Amino acid sequence: MTHVVVDPVTRIEGHLRIEAEVDGGQVKDAWSSSTMFRGIELILKGRDPRDAWAFTQRICGVCTTVHAIASIRAVENAIGATPPPNARILRTLINAAQCIQDHVIHFYHLHALDWVDVVSALSADPAKTSSLAQSISDWPLSSTQYFTGVKTRLKDFVDRGQLGPFANAYWGHPAYKLPPEANLMAVAHYLEALDWQREFIKIHAILGGKNPHLQSFLVGGMATPVDPNSQSSLNIGTISNLRALAAKGQDFVKRVYLPDVLAIAGFYKEWAGIGAGVGNYMTYGSYPENDAPNPPMFLPAGIIMKQDIGKVLALDPSRISESVKHAWYDYSGGDDKALHPSQGETLPHYTGPQPPYERLDLAQKYSWLKSPRYGGDAMEVGPLARMLVAYASGQPRVKELVGVALGSLKVGPEALFSTLGRVAARCIETVLLAEKMDGWIDELAANMGSGDYRIQDNAKWDPKSWPKDCFGAGYHEAPRGALGHWVHIKDGIIVNYQCVVPSTWNAGPRDVAGKRGPYEASLLGTPVAKPEQPLEILRTVHSFDPCMACGVHVVDVHKRELAHVRGGP
Amino acid sequence: MSTGEGWLIGELKRRGVSRREFVLFCAGIAGTFALPGSAATKIAAALSKTKKPILVWLEFQDCCGNTESFLRASAPTVGEVILDTLSLDYHETIMAAAGTQAEEALQNVVKTHKGEYLAVVEGSIPTGAGGAYCTIGGKSALSIAREVCGGAAATIAMGTCATYGGLPAAAPNPTGALGVADAVPGVKNLINLSACPANAANMVALIAYYLTFKRWPPVDGVGRPLFAYGQSIHDACERRAHFDAGQYVEAWGDEAHRNGYCLFKMGCKGPVTHQNCPNIRWNEGTNWPIGCGHPCIGCAEPDFWDKMTPFYQHLPNVAGFGVSESIDKVGVWLAAGTAVAFGAHTVGKMVQHRLATREGPDTELPAPPSPPSKQPPKTGGMP
Repeated sequence: MTHVVVDPVTRIEGHLRIEAEVDGGQVKDAWSSSTMFRGIELILKGRDPRDAWAFTQRICGVCTTVHAIASIRAVENAIGATPPPNARILRTLINAAQCIQDHVIHFYHLHALDWVDVVSALSADPAKTSSLAQSISDWPLSSTQYFTGVKTRLKDFVDRGQLGPFANAYWGHPAYKLPPEANLMAVAHYLEALDWQREFIKIHAILGGKNPHLQSFLVGGMATPVDPNSQSSLNIGTISNLRALAAKGQDFVKRVYLPDVLAIAGFYKEWAGIGAGVGNYMTYGSYPENDAPNPPMFLPAGIIMKQDIGKVLALDPSRISESVKHAWYDYSGGDDKALHPSQGETLPHYTGPQPPYERLDLAQKYSWLKSPRYGGDAMEVGPLARMLVAYASGQPRVKELVGVALGSLKVGPEALFSTLGRVAARCIETVLLAEKMDGWIDELAANMGSGDYRIQDNAKWDPKSWPKDCFGAGYHEAPRGALGHWVHIKDGIIVNYQCVVPSTWNAGPRDVAGKRGPYEASLLGTPVAKPEQPLEILRTVHSFDPCMACGVHVVDVHKRELAHVRGGP
Repeated sequence: MSTGEGWLIGELKRRGVSRREFVLFCAGIAGTFALPGSAATKIAAALSKTKKPILVWLEFQDCCGNTESFLRASAPTVGEVILDTLSLDYHETIMAAAGTQAEEALQNVVKTHKGEYLAVVEGSIPTGAGGAYCTIGGKSALSIAREVCGGAAATIAMGTCATYGGLPAAAPNPTGALGVADAVPGVKNLINLSACPANAANMVALIAYYLTFKRWPPVDGVGRPLFAYGQSIHDACERRAHFDAGQYVEAWGDEAHRNGYCLFKMGCKGPVTHQNCPNIRWNEGTNWPIGCGHPCIGCAEPDFWDKMTPFYQHLPNVAGFGVSESIDKVGVWLAAGTAVAFGAHTVGKMVQHRLATREGPDTELPAPPSPPSKQPPKTGGMP
């Protein structure tokens, strides 16, 4: 039995530590720990709820926007504000663009190096690479000359002896299966995707002033004025800029990302049988299709239990609870009872080893993440959960795209419950959203053209118009999954704020009943060829797209006095 | 291994950048820093000869926003090359290695390149719970920051969390979070690139300057380079004429808003915020917050989460003054020439940052902003 510690898990957002017992070339048990804590909810207390989105947005700079959206929805829900149609469509465009860009960055820059051996690319034949590329896509950057250039650039880089971010990795590991030509093609697309993401995300600069951390959100609407004929508003010119960027986005997603995922997956089909995890899936649903109080969603809400895609259950947020049995917090009523976020109390209490430490005490508390549960069950959230619920609910385009992917790999739907299934679902979702962007831009143009310039619910801007004591919940599907914010407002001021976020669902530790969280469960049975180079562990953990800063943030210190530290230590 | 002369020129050629374009870019850098024209030749020569300096990028209590911003760096094309001239030996979000192998990469730099490498810090550094609020590889952020920044030739605090504590340090600062200047007392050659996040264009310019001159450019009273923080948002704002003419947005989406009038009454903190957003904008010059109709929130200033909030309350909130008189006061204050440093006393009076019900020693008016205890020298740190 070998005890493996991976800390830091790199190519993620935030600070994650994985410990695993490996025996006979397989993971026998695993623990997921988050090692960073900030306390943003406590910081929110006593502040103007209209400011909260700017604070919560900084929970994460990778999935920038998502905590802003959840926050304004929670406050709007509490105070009874109704965003006008322009605001709904602008938010949808911003959310979808964020999801598309984030998924592409995840695949190429955070996940690909688990599957792609950069050093192997040095021995690729550019002519064969060209044939390979042209056999899977009509993307124009595919000539022998082009791949010769990429190879030369890579060779020069390696020859200089300063490998920078590629140094000291697991190159040559037996779990890398791609031929050199596929590796070279992937390296070329890694570099192209760097350029692509920078260009595509200008949609956010147009609609939000800047990215990361857009600055056009408002409780009750959006701050971006809309007027087809004004030079200082979103106008006819903006619409055509958005269309051009969306078209370029879709082009890359369909002609590079999708073919790459299918090609690479073809070499790693055994990973369709690895990494299933808890087998329960949850999504709040995303992209409201009209302005009704409970609108239909482009991606439906729902629950799937025990991998049963024959049955989608209705989601009931009152069944959500969080346990701190293995997290560095106390509950005043004891750690054996899980609490709903609306009743949530979070008293940070670090009981782990004092740093520097080698090992955590895994029988006790071992993470800054709590353990969220739905009806007592651990749930996986994220693109796979969304695509499964959409597929099982009969969303036609999702059914089609899932069919294409499964057909191309010659596997059945059961292959979706796996490490590879997460990779594929993320890509399918990206295609789906990239195709839909144009329709949403049309909707914005049509609404603007109808003379509706409203962007915000002005009647609810002044806190005097709010109920004296109110409570709200706001939900959003972030790229990494189901995100919920809960806010309690009294006399126009935040008195309590709670977030339960995707990476808490996925990366949380064991609960009161000792049940593993999704990361922990998904690692069981994962093969590990070389425990000192646990590449396969990274594959499965990265397939969730960890975002730890999102996961850890909850602190609600009613009963604890914390020193307000300023100045030197 | 060929790290000597000519590598950059080769890199440029591969990217289709001519020698002439490169020199023009260097002239642009020279212009940014108001250097004489002859400096362009010197910059070009320095950049061409540079062996790739090692950069280590540390992430502590961060959101990764500065890293994401860094990934958006580009224009001009040569700017990419400037970034390629760095050997990014440690960056958790980007690097291929993980766990032990990642820690080895960092230790290798710290041990074998002591005093040579450049460190970037993203995120604040917690001092509470014995360092347990942020650990990497079992070590506290504080110990890592002191070891790595302590051995660096120079350190860039990237973003407002690393510079001044930022969001985690906002009241009541639950984790005892600090910026680099406070967490690593006496750190050599520190420069602050604040904002939430820092702008990629400023990162590129700052690094190019360092590679050329081996020192930092002149800084303001809170350690930020003057080329990017020397002027208030308000002074360079494209909507300034509307402010001067008394043309204000009064409600979201009103005609004034649609016509790009001044956002002062909607809470804009541009008059007390120093950064070059209006000039360089964001995402390759595409737009900036005021350009899309939202007020500036003052994200480049120390303690902005406390001192600039509530964000939608307009600046002067001094009892006994109406809006128009207060606006005049702000105008007078700006004219008084306090544009370089954050005018601590005046701003303290101008910016009401707490709601009455929040706890704190000063329920009516905030305390003036406290600059970091350790400030880099005004002229930049390096001889």
